[in-house]
Amino acid sequence: MKKLWVYLKEYKMESILAPLFKLLEVVFDLLVPVVVAKIIDIGIANNDHGYIVKMFLVLILMAAVGLSCSFTAQYFAARASVGCATNLRQAVFDHIQGFSFTELDTIGTDTLITRMTDDINQVQNGINMGLRLLLRSPFIVIGSMIMAFTINFKCALVFVVAIPLLFVGVIFIMLVSIPLFKKVQAALDRVTGLTRENLTGVRVIRAFCREEESVNEFEKSNTELTRLNEFVGRISALLNPFTYVLINIATVILIAKAGLQVNLGTMHQGQVVALYNYMAQMIVELIKLASLIITLNKAMACADRVAGVLDIRTTMHYPETASAKADPSANEVDFDNVSFTYAGAGASSLSDISFSVKKGQTVGIIGGTGCGKSTLVSLISRFYDATSGTVKLNGRNVKELTNQEIHDKVGIVQQRSVLFKGSIRDNMKWGNENASDSEIWDALKVAQAKEVVEGKDGQLDFMLEQNGKNLSGGQRQRLTIARALVKKPEILILDDSLSALDFATDAALRKALAGLEGETTTFLVSQRVAGIRQADKILVLDNGELAGQGTHEELMKSCEVYREIYFSQFPEDRAKYERGEM
Amino acid sequence: MKKDSVMKKLFKYIGKYWILLILSIILAGISVVLQLYVPVLFGNAIDEIVAAHNVDFTQMWIYLKQILLFVVIAAAAIWIMNLVNNRMTYHIVQDIRSQAISHIQKLPLSYLDQHSTGDIVSRIIADTDILSDGLLLGFTQLFSGVVTVVVTLIFMFSKNVWITLMVILLTPLSFLVAKFISSRSFTMFKKQSETRGKQTALIEEMIGNQKVVKAFGYEDKASKRFDEINKELKEYSQKAVFYSSLTNPSTRFVNNIIYAAVALVGAFLIPLGTLTVGGLSVLLSYANQYMKPFNDITSVITEMQNALACATRIFDLLEEPEEVKDSSEVLEKVDGNVDIDHVDFSYDKSKSLIEDFNLQVEPGMRIAIVGPTGCGKTTFINLLMRFYDVDSGKICIDGKPIDEISRHSLRKSFGMVLQDTWIKSGTVRENISFGKPDSTDEEIIRAAKEAKSWDFIRRLPQGLDTVLHEDSISQGQKQLLCITRVMLCLPPMLILDEATSSIDTRTELQVQEAFDNLMKGRTSFVVAHRLSTIRNASLILVMKDGKIIEQGTHEELLKEGGFYSHLYNSQFQAVS
Repeated sequence: MKKLWVYLKEYKMESILAPLFKLLEVVFDLLVPVVVAKIIDIGIANNDHGYIVKMFLVLILMAAVGLSCSFTAQYFAARASVGCATNLRQAVFDHIQGFSFTELDTIGTDTLITRMTDDINQVQNGINMGLRLLLRSPFIVIGSMIMAFTINFKCALVFVVAIPLLFVGVIFIMLVSIPLFKKVQAALDRVTGLTRENLTGVRVIRAFCREEESVNEFEKSNTELTRLNEFVGRISALLNPFTYVLINIATVILIAKAGLQVNLGTMHQGQVVALYNYMAQMIVELIKLASLIITLNKAMACADRVAGVLDIRTTMHYPETASAKADPSANEVDFDNVSFTYAGAGASSLSDISFSVKKGQTVGIIGGTGCGKSTLVSLISRFYDATSGTVKLNGRNVKELTNQEIHDKVGIVQQRSVLFKGSIRDNMKWGNENASDSEIWDALKVAQAKEVVEGKDGQLDFMLEQNGKNLSGGQRQRLTIARALVKKPEILILDDSLSALDFATDAALRKALAGLEGETTTFLVSQRVAGIRQADKILVLDNGELAGQGTHEELMKSCEVYREIYFSQFPEDRAKYERGEM
Repeated sequence: MKKDSVMKKLFKYIGKYWILLILSIILAGISVVLQLYVPVLFGNAIDEIVAAHNVDFTQMWIYLKQILLFVVIAAAAIWIMNLVNNRMTYHIVQDIRSQAISHIQKLPLSYLDQHSTGDIVSRIIADTDILSDGLLLGFTQLFSGVVTVVVTLIFMFSKNVWITLMVILLTPLSFLVAKFISSRSFTMFKKQSETRGKQTALIEEMIGNQKVVKAFGYEDKASKRFDEINKELKEYSQKAVFYSSLTNPSTRFVNNIIYAAVALVGAFLIPLGTLTVGGLSVLLSYANQYMKPFNDITSVITEMQNALACATRIFDLLEEPEEVKDSSEVLEKVDGNVDIDHVDFSYDKSKSLIEDFNLQVEPGMRIAIVGPTGCGKTTFINLLMRFYDVDSGKICIDGKPIDEISRHSLRKSFGMVLQDTWIKSGTVRENISFGKPDSTDEEIIRAAKEAKSWDFIRRLPQGLDTVLHEDSISQGQKQLLCITRVMLCLPPMLILDEATSSIDTRTELQVQEAFDNLMKGRTSFVVAHRLSTIRNASLILVMKDGKIIEQGTHEELLKEGGFYSHLYNSQFQAVS
């Protein structure tokens, strides 16, 4: 929580000036009764019309000055609150950019998005209201107390008792309700999640005729949200009546005490009226404060959630500069006894994997569903750190490379093909900002996406919708491959990224990849033997263990798992093999 | 949608809680009258304290005791009123959300496919929340504000008619000022929400795909893009917040002028004898009190405007026409005859997609559909399941046109596994028994064993009770779960749309075997890229651009040497 103050610091001047001008406005407000008293005491008493009109103009002037003070205060409050929220939003966004895959896996992107949007907006509201109003009320309350002391010491003691009691009560209600507000936000998260689920799963829900159950399930969370909202409402609704009763009891005691004092002759009736007026002023202010505090409570609960994001430290650190020079004679990629377990998972996903790849080689990775193929390749680009063992690029531990070096070296095409809103050119430039159109076209040609782009209006200027919704799955996949190729990486990783392509396109693409100029080291993760059988080296994974490595021919001889995979795709060859023809 | 009609619709939701509404108004009345009366009693009590040895303690205490009583009653009234308002607001919001979710179940898929999930979610969640805030503020401040105005006016009239009339005549001035400012700030608000929308889209895109951002080292660029839009938003927000916050001081300024005018006129009237000094001070304090609720009311109106704008978006969703009404006819026993007769269909009516599609399927046949992406394979499934209705032509099951069968009955007769796997957040058990919630663990485990998912389920930390969410299992494992889901239901017909695309081929073979067993005597439709999995289909349809260009068995099609044989052979082509 404390951390968030930093973002207001830049607006220190505004944050001080806003309440200050607000106070000035209050002073003018408080002076109005004095002027009216003069109208009565001097103007009416002497029937001096000129004086009355003069004082009337003074009142108008004071109102005008008060208005300009108020405008100034609002201006500074708007600047400070919006400015602070803007800085905070940027800070949170930048902070998230520093997260590694491990943090992203554990937090989940949905809640990050709500926190960046909804929660920060609430914080902005809170600051704005706070700057404008929060100081005003305590100022009037404390001011009234001081004024009371100048009138009558004994009676003023009532204020000394009542005001702390009041603050204790208010703070107590705040302390109780802030955690409850957080619970409400969490319940809202659940309702949001279910809404999303009902939309993304609409086909399955309808196919299984589960509409009614889905509605019932939603209804449960929805009712729970209402229940929590009502519960918090019940507690925060106490604030207003509580302050009202307390202040009035204090006033009753004040009047009773004042009655005794006046009876003894130590005080006049006029002073009683003045004391009463100060109490009355406090009531009005405190009731305003009560509703403000509810807004602030909400804002604070949200601020806490935002601070929660900022508190998460990334577990992955990159060195500022590379510690060692690349060794051109070393292997391109080395895995030495690498094991890996996902954060929070029980069993390891990779165990004791060792292999090495020379520059320019093509490596196929094959294995069953969930056997760790994707995990293995994500260690090469250091999305995760190996739990034990080392991953080396050009003979250097990946942990000693800078973030930039790894990015420049490794291009990865992930399983889920994601494209961004913008022109095709913009999307292609993700790989290399300075890529020329001809370089982009070269990459598109290799990725078999040339015809796709040529078929669109405006070609490279064709605007993609969010997530590339206006393309088919296969088209999307080809464009994501082209995007990685634009980068001209030394190591290219295709993580099962040909799955949406038909066989003809798939084969043409692999052919084009093999013909890439330069010495690109390629990792092909695939389910299909046909996709990798030509590779210089094939890694066969089975439940996170390396079941075999070698060329297709070697593995057919030595690796049982590989043979099984092969025959499952080429059943005709099983018989041949059994007859010894292969 | 017009503002009036939005209000009318909103009142339909509020009307359900009319008892609470009336209670709220009564309580607002009680609390306001008491709160206005308590100062009068204090005045009376003070009047008893005249001077030394001239204090009537008994009378003073009578007033003070009355005050204590009224204060407690007023406080109780305020609290209960708040509770009533809370209850009304949150229940209205709950009602709207429930209705929205039920409505979604009945909306045509064409609507849901065309609107982004984020947009619909933000209508149901964010917009409804803003409406709720607006309603709550409206209920709490509007009634008490109006009651305060009325009660104060009564008190004022009792003191001086002319001054009171003057105050009433000057009142609209404050509304005019408020309106003038709010029309100015409205444009800024609009710009603000537009920019905010753009920013949210960028956040969803970047943070939602953070892994891609990281893979391309795009972090700095993403930050820069965010910074640009963030600064733009700051400009508009600061202006919007500033302009809108001017309303309150401005109306207060008008009040102060009215206050001064009362003082001026009062001061002239007193020497004429129509008003006393005491009377003037009472009028002045009431004039203040009378104007305060107007301040509140104007701020409520700004808030309500925002709330109504949001309500419009919700009602737009709620009023979206539902699917064509369902027939109540139920398919008793399904044999699996499927007749497709001259069917035309397209999503975009200006571009034809499926044209004159004809197909006769005998019970127990396995139909495989192949073709390049965008050829209409998935569309065909959309039509079979009646996710979309045909434009013309007829689809019949066992001789009955499907639009004469209830959707539930039709869909229950199909088991469907899609390429796009959907897992709900919940336990493995909940996910598997999705289509048959009352199944026993034995049935679930048997299905899981058949679908080859039992192997990995067994190894999950809590087995069947493991709670799944989006990324907790791999794509292939998700697909196995979806298959298990269907295995459990044993439907009379089966649709597999790339159902095994993410599963490794060895497991796939075993799953295929299970499917073969399951499909004995049942009609099935299979869409697949891997031609090996459809080789033994009874009929292979090769589709291109919404038309069937070739059909026959695997052997027939290979012999024909057309598109299919080209596709089939390409997978064995070696890479040179």
